[in-house]
Amino acid sequence: MSWLKFILDKPTIPEGVEPQEQQSTTGVYYDTEWSNGKAAKVVRLFSVWGFMKPAIGLYGSPKVIGADRLDEIDGPVVFASNHHSHADTTLLLATIPAHLRRDLAIAAGADYFFGNRITSLLSTLFLGAIPIERTRLSKLSIENTESALKAGRSLLIFPEGGRSNDGWNGEHQPGAAFVAKRMGVPIVPIYIDGTGTVLPKGSNWPTRAKCAVVFGEPITIADSENPRSIAKVVERRVAELANEFSVGWWEAKKQSYRDQTPSAKRPEAGAWRRRWALGPKPSEKRHSPSQRRWPKV
Amino acid sequence: MSKKPTAPRPGFVLEVDRQTPPILFHHGEGFRMEKLPIGRTRVIYAPEPLRGLEDPDSAIVDALKNPIEDDPLPSLLKPGMKLTIAFDDVSLPLPPMQRPDVRQRIIEAVLDMAAEAGVDDVHLIAALALHRRMTEAELRHALGDRIYESFAPDGQLYNHDAEDPDGMVILGETKHGESVQMNKRAAESDLVIYVNINIVSMDGGWKSTATGLSGYKGVSAHHNVHTMEQSKSFMDQKKSELHKSNWRQGEVIKEHGPRIFQIETTINTNTFGETGPMSVLQKREWEWSMKDRASFTAMNTGLKAMSSANRRKVFHSWKAPYDITSVQAGEVEAVHKKTTEMVYKQHLVPVEGQTDVMTMGLPYLTPYNVNSIMNPILVMVQGLGYFFNLYKGKPLVREGGVLIMSHPTPWEFHPVHHPSYIDFFEQVLADTTNPAEIEKKYEKQFAEDEWYRHLYRTSYAYHGVHPFYMWYWGSHAMKHLGQVIIVGGDPKAVRRLGFKPATTLQDALEMAEDVVGPQPTITHYHNPPILMADVT
Repeated sequence: MSWLKFILDKPTIPEGVEPQEQQSTTGVYYDTEWSNGKAAKVVRLFSVWGFMKPAIGLYGSPKVIGADRLDEIDGPVVFASNHHSHADTTLLLATIPAHLRRDLAIAAGADYFFGNRITSLLSTLFLGAIPIERTRLSKLSIENTESALKAGRSLLIFPEGGRSNDGWNGEHQPGAAFVAKRMGVPIVPIYIDGTGTVLPKGSNWPTRAKCAVVFGEPITIADSENPRSIAKVVERRVAELANEFSVGWWEAKKQSYRDQTPSAKRPEAGAWRRRWALGPKPSEKRHSPSQRRWPKV
Repeated sequence: MSKKPTAPRPGFVLEVDRQTPPILFHHGEGFRMEKLPIGRTRVIYAPEPLRGLEDPDSAIVDALKNPIEDDPLPSLLKPGMKLTIAFDDVSLPLPPMQRPDVRQRIIEAVLDMAAEAGVDDVHLIAALALHRRMTEAELRHALGDRIYESFAPDGQLYNHDAEDPDGMVILGETKHGESVQMNKRAAESDLVIYVNINIVSMDGGWKSTATGLSGYKGVSAHHNVHTMEQSKSFMDQKKSELHKSNWRQGEVIKEHGPRIFQIETTINTNTFGETGPMSVLQKREWEWSMKDRASFTAMNTGLKAMSSANRRKVFHSWKAPYDITSVQAGEVEAVHKKTTEMVYKQHLVPVEGQTDVMTMGLPYLTPYNVNSIMNPILVMVQGLGYFFNLYKGKPLVREGGVLIMSHPTPWEFHPVHHPSYIDFFEQVLADTTNPAEIEKKYEKQFAEDEWYRHLYRTSYAYHGVHPFYMWYWGSHAMKHLGQVIIVGGDPKAVRRLGFKPATTLQDALEMAEDVVGPQPTITHYHNPPILMADVT
């Protein structure tokens, strides 16, 4: 059975040769092009309607604000949202208007979602995820996101680069702005509230709580703007949306013009003071529909 | 989102040691894995395939609109003009490339411009010189159905006929007395656009028109024993008499012939793809994964179980996924300079010093047996003509050294494609294998034979003189080498070629020691992909 030995025995490497670094097929190198196909889209459709919508409805009974701001958009956009929990993706896949959700790619951490072939396959198939490196603006991450946009897919990015540890929003990295500018597509800011309670970081099982999604006006990017300044604008818009959720559209608008929008970024303080400053849990302070002070915009 | 994050690695020379795994040898429509002697053997590996152009169609249009040392193509196209588009025949590229072929891409771009300019009189000619005619299927593959169906029905797309008494003209003579002959339609055109594919450094330049559109009289000016023996090698343009002769003929074309607009392309060496069952063939042996080893074993076992005809069918159905690495258009010599740079970039591997014994595994294909049988003469031409000559500077093997080739070398010929080869093998080689003697005694008789002429013109046969050219192609190597040994070949056919048969590589190496002495140095020319050794 010499042929079997030939197949099973790894060939030895000649002494003078430097072993080639094996090209990984997972992580940021994972090829997700197949997920643009019809079959994959059908699977994603089923996963949204068959699992995500019922699950988030059961655990988060989400309130959606500002979806009408996206009615006029038909081309690909970059969605930029704050990030508290793995439930964020489920929530957004369940609430982003159908015409933009049909072709939606989720920029997901290559190290986490694409760590091996199985997670890569599942993330791509069920979430429509594409791998990006969270810690740096790498060429491959940009290529991946641009390919998705070129294929006509909208892109969901969490520009904070990871889930919040404490409920505060983090600083926005310029990646989302960079890609949107290069591809000439608008950025839609999104504020998510409550998912940190439904499925906090470190937790494996959801608990029931109220959550909400606030969609902002699409931000069109001028050629003269640089990605860092755009990222700042998006970060401020997300904070305004958070404020809109708390105090209502009109009050938030006025505060915005007076430059008095409260920052959603974590204050420079010790861990307990940061948590303290958040006040009661979102589910506790959230207004029920009957108590709503401002009509849905 | 296909990714190629690492740059292609350059070629290199491996010193064989204890850790070196068995090395792949092509063996016709099969393979051999050979353990090479430790401590005195080198293996030359080709550079990895270069990256292809991202958007070849735009690059083609750009090259046509911004040619090198010539006017933009659209400005040369006028209503009422006589335009001839000549293109390389079935001998390029090897193996044939996946659709769309580069000729289709280019000619479609040229025809778009010609249509816009209102050019009606357009002829397309397969510039095959004395090769066999291309079949309809081959023309369709090279040019695409759109072109074939637009031009073939009205007789505006056809194979060059070097024996058409009314279809050839003599343009003049070079200062060395070499005749320059050309297809009459091309010669009388206001503009000839030549569409070339460059696979090795010998292709292209003035050879495209001076040889491709020529006939026996023009071709025999350089396809002769003297020129070939003086071409050291014919792949090294500076040291190639063949190249110089074609360039002299080019001078005559420039002076007395039609205006030539040359379009040259280079392709990378991605012959068997980066994925798929054949991809293992262009990987380095110690990098074969378990999947590679399993697919190679399955392929080899499957091939051994097949009849030779079926094996041939499998291999000849393979279409290579080559990428186009460059396109340049304009004045012939300026264009060819750029083309050569790209070819060298893909093929050159620096090698220090010559060797006593050179080994090589010969594949199933030469330029002259596409969709055909690789007969013993073509085995000789692949080894001694092509692979031996793929050097710059000095030959890889020293003078008086030994060449060991691996190929089954069956006594088998394609009766339609190679009728004159059969008689050459049976009659001429039975008499002598000396190229000069063969040239003197037999060439004229075969070249002017009416039956071969008829078959060349009306069937799909190579010209009667073609096997002679093949033999001359190997004349430099025959003169240089002390002995040629074929491993695993049909002993009778090998002996007819004037070579020695050996059953195993070990036997061949022992036989070689009788010629070059004990413990000789060995260099293995590893392919695919092809490479060119820059020997210093």
